[in-house]
Amino acid sequence: MYQLALSRMREFYREPEAVFWVFGFPIVLAFALGLAFRNTGPGKLQVGIVAGTGDSALAVALGSSPRLVATVLDTTTARLRLRTGRVALLVVPGDPVVYRYDSTRTESGLARLEVDDVLQRTRGRKDLVAVQDDRAVAPGSRYIDFLIPGLLGMNLLGSGIWGVGFSVVQARQRKLLKRYMATPMRRSHYLLSFILSRLVFLIVEVVALVGFGWLLFGVAVRGSFTALAGITILGSFAFAGLGLLVASRAKTIEGVSGLMNLVMLPMWILSGTFFSYARFPNAMIPFVKALPLTALNDALRAVMIDGAAVTTLGTPLAIVMAWGAVSFVIALKIFRWR
Amino acid sequence: MAVAGLDLTVGAGECFGLLGPNGAGKTTTIEILEGLTPPDSGDVEILGTTWREGAAGRALRERLGIQLQETQLADKLTVSEVLALFRSFYRQSHTVEEVLALVELEEKRKARVVTLSGGQKQRLAVACALVSKPELLFLDEPTTGLDPHSRRQLWEIIRRFRAAGGTVLLTTHYMEEAERLCDRVAIMDHGKIIALGTPKELIASLGADHVVDFAPTEGGIPEDLVDVLRQMGGVTAVRTGSDGVSLTVVELHRALPALLAVLQQRGVELSLLTTHHATLDDVFVALTGRQLRDT
Repeated sequence: MYQLALSRMREFYREPEAVFWVFGFPIVLAFALGLAFRNTGPGKLQVGIVAGTGDSALAVALGSSPRLVATVLDTTTARLRLRTGRVALLVVPGDPVVYRYDSTRTESGLARLEVDDVLQRTRGRKDLVAVQDDRAVAPGSRYIDFLIPGLLGMNLLGSGIWGVGFSVVQARQRKLLKRYMATPMRRSHYLLSFILSRLVFLIVEVVALVGFGWLLFGVAVRGSFTALAGITILGSFAFAGLGLLVASRAKTIEGVSGLMNLVMLPMWILSGTFFSYARFPNAMIPFVKALPLTALNDALRAVMIDGAAVTTLGTPLAIVMAWGAVSFVIALKIFRWR
Repeated sequence: MAVAGLDLTVGAGECFGLLGPNGAGKTTTIEILEGLTPPDSGDVEILGTTWREGAAGRALRERLGIQLQETQLADKLTVSEVLALFRSFYRQSHTVEEVLALVELEEKRKARVVTLSGGQKQRLAVACALVSKPELLFLDEPTTGLDPHSRRQLWEIIRRFRAAGGTVLLTTHYMEEAERLCDRVAIMDHGKIIALGTPKELIASLGADHVVDFAPTEGGIPEDLVDVLRQMGGVTAVRTGSDGVSLTVVELHRALPALLAVLQQRGVELSLLTTHHATLDDVFVALTGRQLRDT
């Protein structure tokens, strides 16, 4: 079995393309997304003032706010800029002062509050309650903090299913499985060798991605590393099991590719890798939560972001384990050895 | 499906050949014997036991060496890594170096499988079968598609294995290979054994030891001429085909001048005239009326 696992690993690392897709790609993705969604603090809100009587007074008033950039625009340009989203809000001077904006845009809502606040204060409104701002940047609240555990989960899913699925089907297509059957090799050893070799690559994958997130974006692991290791091992077992199941009958690479996409695509979208699954309708949430990747992502985030203890993660870990065990057993039963 | 009513026994220390054209059922037969395909009915006894699931089956596999027809070993592994892998499946086995020496692949030990030539790949496949120190070696078309040199190298490997006391069961569609290697052969066609014996016996069953092939320059051979040829002394069989006529003869030195005399008398011009010692190919043609390698 040790030799089998060793062969699996050799076949893998001698395939430079596979190495890139498993290790390089998630890192590139994390880098790109991390740059795109980096936290630069609340940006300044662009506000347009429609040219007219009193526009300059408004411009002075709004210009005093550090969070607003106010520009005087003629009517046509103003409408165009509002429509294309380059200004969040239009202020039409007069009595009453008119705020024109799209109420579904978060930015516009913020701009309205800010502009109104500034205008009312300039006209002498007094605050009735004394307040104090306590600004804190909570670690783990950035997008990259959310993204890294998700990518880790997605990577475990992908390498489990691809890594196991393709090599099983390739061995079947090349009649290598049949050749193994002609030796005294135990069938369970063959299947277990995949799980064993996955374990070794898992270490590299996790270290690479977590290390990358930490070095470049300062994404820390707030929970224990032991918990993180345990969860990733469990996840990797579960997905290797799922990979075996996907590959248990397929005779061609094309056939298995289709099945893999069928399994993985819904999870990429539903399981909260890039955005929270809370955005899906409430009726869907129980189903989404029952998916192994959702459960794994939840557990990873709980440990990495919230620093949760493993003991509090019983439900998601049970879901991951159940998927792995059930698919491994079914795979063993229905596996086509020839 | 592919084979029916097969009954044969292979003795210890023997080299037994299953011969026949593609699709004759050779591979199905050998895979049933190897325990890879369960037979619909009938019994298989190997080294004194039958195929069973679990530990008994694995114990039997320890004693066998198997090379399958279409196995492609992992491209990315080196020769010695493949052998180390196969070696790990067996309790008792040759070392990698020993088996490399057996198949003369020592120089390629660090080469990846993908870089090997067809003959080298085939020798590696046989090495994987030999690594377990088998008592019984199954080879399914070991030399198909190989050049003559590689073929002879493989024959040499098989001879050495037999010299050490091993039993071999091989399939081939090269009659020449069977004649050279096998103590006994079974000729298969359409899933049945149509002849069984030593190569000598089978050739002797033709009742003649030479074959004369000839073809006229134009047109066919008239029926009455065929009858004349049949009556000629020393001719045991006449077959006409699209590409000429084939005579099986006992005494070539008598039959050939007689044949030429008849042809000259009838004014038949020849575009081809060859003779050869009767081979298993001729046995197959005599039994089925078809060429073994129908191209």
